[in-house]
Amino acid sequence: MTLSRETLINLILIVLLAAVPFVALGIGQPFYITLATRIAILALAAVGLNLVLGLGGLVSFGHAAFFGIGGYVAGILAAHASSGEALMFGLAGSDQMPVIWLVTLIVCGIVGLAIGAVSLRTSGVYFIMITLAFSQMIYYFAVSWPAYGGEDGLSILVRNRFPGVNSMKPISYFLICLGMLIAGLGLFSLIRASRFGAALQAARQNAVRVAAVGISPYPIRLAAFTLSGMITGVAGALYADLNRFASPSMISWHMSGELIVLIVLGGTGRLFGPVAGAMLYVVFEFALGGLTERWQFFLGLILLAVVLFARGGLLGLLAGKARHG
Amino acid sequence: MKNLLSAAVIGLGIAATGQAAAEPLKIGMITTLSGGGAGLGMDTRDGFMLAIKQAGNKDIEVITEDDGQKPELAVQIADKMIQSDQVDILTGIVWSNLLMAVAPSAVAQGKFYVSTNAAPAALAGEKCNPLYFNAAYQNDNLHEAMGEYANKDYKKMFIMAPNYPAGKDSLTGFKRYYKGEVAAEVYTQVGQTDYAAEIAQIRASGADGVFIFLPGGMGIAFMKQYSQSGVKTPVMGPGFSFSQDVLPAIGDAALGVKNSGQWAKDLDNEANKKFVPAFQAEYGRLPSIYAVQAYDAAQLILSAAAKADVKDTEAFRAELLKADIQSPRGKFKFNTNQHPIQDIYVAEVIKEDGVLTNKIIAPVFTDHGDAYAKDCKM
Amino acid sequence: MTIALAIEQLLNGLQLGVMLFLMAAGLTLIFGVMGLINLAHGSLYMVGAFACATIAAWTGSFWLGLVASLAAAAAAGAIIELTVIRRLYDRDHLDQVLATFALILIFSEGTRWIFGSFPLYLDIPPLLQGAVALPGGAEYPLYRLAIIAVGAAVAIGLYLLISKTRLGMRIRAGESDREMIGALGVDIRTLYTIVFALGSALAGFAGAMVGALQSVQVGMGEPVLILAFVVIVIGGIGSIKGALIGAILVGVVDTLGRFLLPQILAILLPPAQAGLMGGALASMLIYIVMAVILAVKPRGLFTAHG
Repeated sequence: MTLSRETLINLILIVLLAAVPFVALGIGQPFYITLATRIAILALAAVGLNLVLGLGGLVSFGHAAFFGIGGYVAGILAAHASSGEALMFGLAGSDQMPVIWLVTLIVCGIVGLAIGAVSLRTSGVYFIMITLAFSQMIYYFAVSWPAYGGEDGLSILVRNRFPGVNSMKPISYFLICLGMLIAGLGLFSLIRASRFGAALQAARQNAVRVAAVGISPYPIRLAAFTLSGMITGVAGALYADLNRFASPSMISWHMSGELIVLIVLGGTGRLFGPVAGAMLYVVFEFALGGLTERWQFFLGLILLAVVLFARGGLLGLLAGKARHG
Repeated sequence: MKNLLSAAVIGLGIAATGQAAAEPLKIGMITTLSGGGAGLGMDTRDGFMLAIKQAGNKDIEVITEDDGQKPELAVQIADKMIQSDQVDILTGIVWSNLLMAVAPSAVAQGKFYVSTNAAPAALAGEKCNPLYFNAAYQNDNLHEAMGEYANKDYKKMFIMAPNYPAGKDSLTGFKRYYKGEVAAEVYTQVGQTDYAAEIAQIRASGADGVFIFLPGGMGIAFMKQYSQSGVKTPVMGPGFSFSQDVLPAIGDAALGVKNSGQWAKDLDNEANKKFVPAFQAEYGRLPSIYAVQAYDAAQLILSAAAKADVKDTEAFRAELLKADIQSPRGKFKFNTNQHPIQDIYVAEVIKEDGVLTNKIIAPVFTDHGDAYAKDCKM
Repeated sequence: MTIALAIEQLLNGLQLGVMLFLMAAGLTLIFGVMGLINLAHGSLYMVGAFACATIAAWTGSFWLGLVASLAAAAAAGAIIELTVIRRLYDRDHLDQVLATFALILIFSEGTRWIFGSFPLYLDIPPLLQGAVALPGGAEYPLYRLAIIAVGAAVAIGLYLLISKTRLGMRIRAGESDREMIGALGVDIRTLYTIVFALGSALAGFAGAMVGALQSVQVGMGEPVLILAFVVIVIGGIGSIKGALIGAILVGVVDTLGRFLLPQILAILLPPAQAGLMGGALASMLIYIVMAVILAVKPRGLFTAHG
């Protein structure tokens, strides 16, 4: 089997990302490890969104809801673990990442199922707007719910623990996040190649024809939406642990917009689109932010140029047109 | 790429002049220079830099970065400043929610944090820390002052704040000193700009006074709508809603409003008489309270740096605690929880040569600390 | 609760609704004719407010400012239509969302670049200052009544424009079949620019009127934008009638919710607690209403076409 150009570029990207922390330590700029971790986490969040947006063609403008829920699960469990107070139903908090991730998966799964069940009855612009409405609902709830900090957010004093690893060490935490990203990418490519994934993509291209061969698009889309929310939720939990802080701004509609931006910058529907997009975005933000206070102005221009003239995103430029859709 | 990044690292900072002898004191300033709250951050930066410039100390390096009023960006910048720039002191954050994201972990990593504005209750009480200083106030202070002031003339108050922790702290602070009846306690949406529904409630409540805490655009919108509503009940509030940066946008609707503050530009002391013209000469505008607080934070750091090495944490902290500065606020010293003990005044919005500004009418508290100091065990 | 208070709150809801209608009408028109989802509509609202504040400060006349807001927003709309938007008509919604999201960043940061970060001053014109007496003994701000009147006038004007004029005929034709009217020799490109400029002018006009009441600052358009989207989605995208009814529904529900929910909860909870919970619930209320409506009618209350 020969490597396609895209696979080669994908390999280069992941090796590049994995190499950043070691280079950072080498040149005495340990902060770049934090940047690389941020890239890995944002990429994972976007991998989740890419499932519905890239494969399913469903533009969810409310994935920040899952990102934020993941963040709050991490924050709330950690807060209860450190205070020793029981959570609801007598359950204890936890500062173990695997437990937090599991709870995040369950909570985001339930919320995703509920939001998806209602939202997927609509399509097109209505779908964009109803997902936005749900995330706004959760946003306002987080802002005005006093128990966990409201608008001020929720601090995690000590980063949660991972068995056998010192997660406070930036490089260890980076490796945890990179591992989760690779797992997320693996899951994405498995789904894409599966019958389920084929049906999901077919439903994007022609829902009527899919229905005609006896497959109902609704349950397939609902499953994809739920799964996608779960992945983005885990990224949110990681993000809260990176910043040691969960806040309502993780749920704001700007965050939903940024997740979409990541995917499109990298290349919609491509396996590594989110990774390429997250790399570009974080480097833009950091480099432009250091050069000018007006960096958002230039980010807007760049984004506009990508949408208008470079539709395939970064991977489209590097690897040529996508194989699919 | 590397050049780009290192340019970014230097940021807006003032590069150290290559003195090899003394290790310069590095201060990381994280403040809001873009987005809706940028005005406050610019005053913070300018007030701080004025003190640094006046001191003329070449061994002080200030690295400034914009947090865009986003907590996660503030955390990222703080990580960068601590890990890569290796700053000794962090400062400059305007908002409580950003401060809560940055300060606890910064002090846990052994860095000083000197707050120029935000002062959430948690960091003044149980979670106080030897490395955390606040040069501004405690969040509740100005609200407490208005509660005390309202006792004199008002029997029944309508009180209102946004539905977020600082809003709740505000009304709690007000009620801590106000002894009269509370007609209604209303929490509005954060960022709300139309107050018609609340104004109707004020009209119907029969209150003889209204206390609002609505910072920034929220206060501007409320005051303009209130003046049009035909409701004549007097309004009062903490100084942030009526400081120099927002008064021009409210316009004459603000005239006569009573508000509390620990500083006003006409405060009669030597330091203030020098500070106000110096700020105006440097930046071409009147200073706001944020500029004063940041100016004092810089003065505090300078005063400690003159006598102790920041690497000697204990000695540096002891020097900071002495608060050996000439504040434009007049008297200034630190409480046991390292928050200020200072005088708080009530001012009235007046028009002076066609410009709206505040004039002090009476002191409310002298040597006022805060309610949380007793919970602080250091 | 007195009758006077109830009337006042209903008027408040109506006024908010009317203002939302001005925003929503442009959005829904643009979607109906060109099939474009425009997130930058809130930026045009902001452009109108800044133009009005600037000209009003310069000339001393709010009315000249109002004219300027219409002109500036229409011009800004026409410019972005010519340079950016027209490349998006045959793109999918994703590209439209992103490109107009990018426009928000550019407009917001650009406005801050020109005008600085501090809010601008814009006051209500002397003619409309003060309050008028209502039956039942209450008073109501004259300016808010004026907004209701203007909104009603715009609604009637839009109805006449669309149902009675030649331009309106083309707009309706464009909504039902774009290719066909092109084939019939109508200059679609110009029609699109005109419709976009018209929608922008309405947004700018709303921004100027509300700016005098609230505050003129960068980012002022975003909360309104999201509410306007809620409105058109509830009403049915592309339907002007739906936008009007949706706008008034959202305005009244939001206003009454903010005012009634804390009082209802106060029966069960201590006052401070009720205030907090009621406030929290009230801020979520319109999104809950929207989700319920879409769950029952996935294409909104009044589906325009297709």
